[in-house]
Amino acid sequence: MPDTFKPDTPEQVRDAVAWAVSEESPLEIVTRATKRTIGRPLQTANTLDLSGLSGIGLYEAEELICQAGPGTTLAEIEAALKAENQRLAFEPMDLGVLLGPGDGRGEGHQSIAGVFACNLAGPRRIKDGAARDHLLGFTAVTGRGEIVKSGGRVVKNVTGYDLSKLVCGSWGTLAALTDLTFKVLPAPETETTLLLHGLDEAAAVRAMSAAMGSAHDVSSAAHLPADITAGGVGGVVTALRVEGIAPSVVARVAALTGEMAAFGVAVTVIEDTASTALWRDLRDARPLAEPRDRPVWKISVAPMVGPRVVAAIRPLVAECAYFYDWAGGLVWLAVPPSADASAGAVRRAVDVVGGHATLIRAAPEVRAVVDSFHPQSGPIAALAKRVKDSFDPKGVLNPGRMTAGA
Amino acid sequence: MQMPEPDQEVLGRRSEIVDALRAIVPGEGVIADEREMRPYESDGLTAYRTLPMIVVLPETVGQVAEVLKYCHANGVKVVPRGSGTSLSGGALPLADGVLLGLGKFNRILDIDFDNRTVTAQPGVTNLGITTAVQHEGFYYAPDPSSQIACSIGGNVAENSGGVHCLKYGLTTNNILGLEIVTVEGEVMRLGGKHLDSEGYDLMGLLTGSEGLLAVVTEVTVRILKKPASLRALLLGFPTSEQAGACVAAIIGAGIIPGGMEMMDNPAINAAEDFVHAGYPRDAGALLIVELDGPEVEVDTLIDRVREIAEANGSTTLRVSDSEDERNAFWAGRKAAFPAVGRISPDYMCMDGTIPRRQLPEILTRMTKMSEKYGLRVANVFHAGDGNLHPLILFDANQPGELDRAEAFGADILKSCVELGGVLTGEHGVGVEKRDLMPEMFSETDLNQQMRVKCAWDPKGLLNPGKVFPVLHRCAELGRMHVSRGQLPFPDIPRF
Repeated sequence: MPDTFKPDTPEQVRDAVAWAVSEESPLEIVTRATKRTIGRPLQTANTLDLSGLSGIGLYEAEELICQAGPGTTLAEIEAALKAENQRLAFEPMDLGVLLGPGDGRGEGHQSIAGVFACNLAGPRRIKDGAARDHLLGFTAVTGRGEIVKSGGRVVKNVTGYDLSKLVCGSWGTLAALTDLTFKVLPAPETETTLLLHGLDEAAAVRAMSAAMGSAHDVSSAAHLPADITAGGVGGVVTALRVEGIAPSVVARVAALTGEMAAFGVAVTVIEDTASTALWRDLRDARPLAEPRDRPVWKISVAPMVGPRVVAAIRPLVAECAYFYDWAGGLVWLAVPPSADASAGAVRRAVDVVGGHATLIRAAPEVRAVVDSFHPQSGPIAALAKRVKDSFDPKGVLNPGRMTAGA
Repeated sequence: MQMPEPDQEVLGRRSEIVDALRAIVPGEGVIADEREMRPYESDGLTAYRTLPMIVVLPETVGQVAEVLKYCHANGVKVVPRGSGTSLSGGALPLADGVLLGLGKFNRILDIDFDNRTVTAQPGVTNLGITTAVQHEGFYYAPDPSSQIACSIGGNVAENSGGVHCLKYGLTTNNILGLEIVTVEGEVMRLGGKHLDSEGYDLMGLLTGSEGLLAVVTEVTVRILKKPASLRALLLGFPTSEQAGACVAAIIGAGIIPGGMEMMDNPAINAAEDFVHAGYPRDAGALLIVELDGPEVEVDTLIDRVREIAEANGSTTLRVSDSEDERNAFWAGRKAAFPAVGRISPDYMCMDGTIPRRQLPEILTRMTKMSEKYGLRVANVFHAGDGNLHPLILFDANQPGELDRAEAFGADILKSCVELGGVLTGEHGVGVEKRDLMPEMFSETDLNQQMRVKCAWDPKGLLNPGKVFPVLHRCAELGRMHVSRGQLPFPDIPRF
């Protein structure tokens, strides 16, 4: 009978992991369990549920820091920040939109530990970084059953190795987080989005590059092909977001509109809630949520080569749907259901230009045979395995979730 | 400063090692003459000096790999060095080690304005990257004060910051890709021109690892368009408390300035004596607040900051109306270290960080320590992020003063940790703060960090004696005490 352990204290987390080590019985690590369908399916006897370690411990708006237990929901944290006109600048996406309720709990439920352990971000990633750029310090239980801390509660800190970077994007394979301290930033007063209508994809990445390379502090740049609609915006459209204090936004939108005239297409503007709705849908890849049986890839490449990757995949994969974020550097791609989720075609196209493709949504039987995380070269994979072993020598924390070795 | 005992067996093989390295790096790339090695005996932390066993200056990645492979196979320690500007002794040589200088890796390899990246060899200076792209109006954001001299490879090793990092981040937030060589001589690429990692963020781990994990041979950074407008305010306050309250109010109002620097009264007067920047000599604290961005935004925020400063009791308030005036505001701050150097034979620059609201407390403590040790202290801070740079004034020629200055510095850093801060904000641990690491980390914490080191460097040959106060063998660290058959924690709720 599989057990779910739900500790209330870091010491209980330590005891649970120490027991798993002594029994050589691996654990699945979850907090709010909204992303458990990502990665290689786990076959663990027991689950360690960290959602009991919940709550905001410290929030100092003027120091730009917040500290919370792993099970604290992102919703709770975002509400607290909003009350002080602050936010998480990296705009963590809600994978629940793509993954659906299914095995997980759907949208709006994810925990702060999940946000950092999966290194989430959103459209503002190109300007303000990802979760990894905002975690200042943590306490966690390693696979050795030891409570360790790293980093601190100040923004500027180079004392010891930056293990915060390692735990971000480790998907619970290195340590079970018991406490997180992260950076928060002021929210802008207003936002406006420029929409360029009808650019082909090559021209769209040039326009996005020009916008990102301008002095107008563009915070996000996305391109939607004809069949994609987000936040009520559809048609072939290239979107550029400008955020900040009102007079600055007005001036920058005007200047940017003038500069984009060189691309020779109609330009319109959406403001405030309409702009927010568009970027929220793009953040969560909502345009690809339905139909639910389609596998979804998240592809990260250099911004200018996004369309080249898509052009290499399309002749090989019938009826895919996609859109670009991160000025062309992020391709969200949905493919028809198949035994390998078109992994061969996708990964070959990415390997030609350099980057990685992560399988975010696929049926368990697909994830059992296809690497969800982009395969690494032999020496890097071997190094990653040694890093895993340094935290979790017996392989008791989410073993095999990211790769067969880690 | 206790360094690992030089290995006599290795020193006995010195001439053999020199010959082997000369076979890899021909010509003048291997320096074994004592006089010629002298320039490498210390880095920016000149209080500590050690002559290396051999200096090697490779020119190709292949040579770096071969040198490391040889040293690894033959049990020879290696200390990597960029421009040697570390303020924590990160590039302090070892008497029984090879000093691996990367100064010849000084080329920019790729400038990609479309993707907004520059790829450079590690010996290119920080400022050299901006110089290479400024004709198109771009720049590289992190700007450590040594940016004319410090190398981008060294910036990666130290995770360097600078005046603008509150708004634009540290090195780790501004790099996209690395080429590295492991101690075993394996060449690897991490990242590239794309974002995020396909697996563990090894690039993030490597950044700030102080040359203990691998040698960086190529760096890809992101570049930004220069802000359209830059203006600064020069604000004087009767006390540091009021200046600190003003900083908190600015951030509380949702404003993140490009730079926000504070100086205390001794630093103000030292700077004023040196560069005559027009600083108010009677002010208890001076703030320089720089706003950058679109013109309308900067002008609007300047007015908002002006109101906040007035509400917080500023006694001096000047706003720059020209580039000359803005540069004049900065002149004293930028000259603060040499200015202090003029009023004292020697000074020691510390680098702790505190939660900002603890500023009055740490200043009070420093005043008491100053009396206790009989040494003066001047303070400059990166006010926005609580990073302190106390400058302890002493005279190394007076017996005991260096020891007193070191003890004073250690007390300041211990106080930083006590108040919720950290030992080093941007200068690194190196040898300087190595023995203070237990103030911040438990033995368990440090052992885990050393296990990460073992994953990269199982023989402990890369830059040993830095960062960690006690060296353990990897086999010893890897051991695990497992007690079987214990009842699993009856008090943990399960379902």
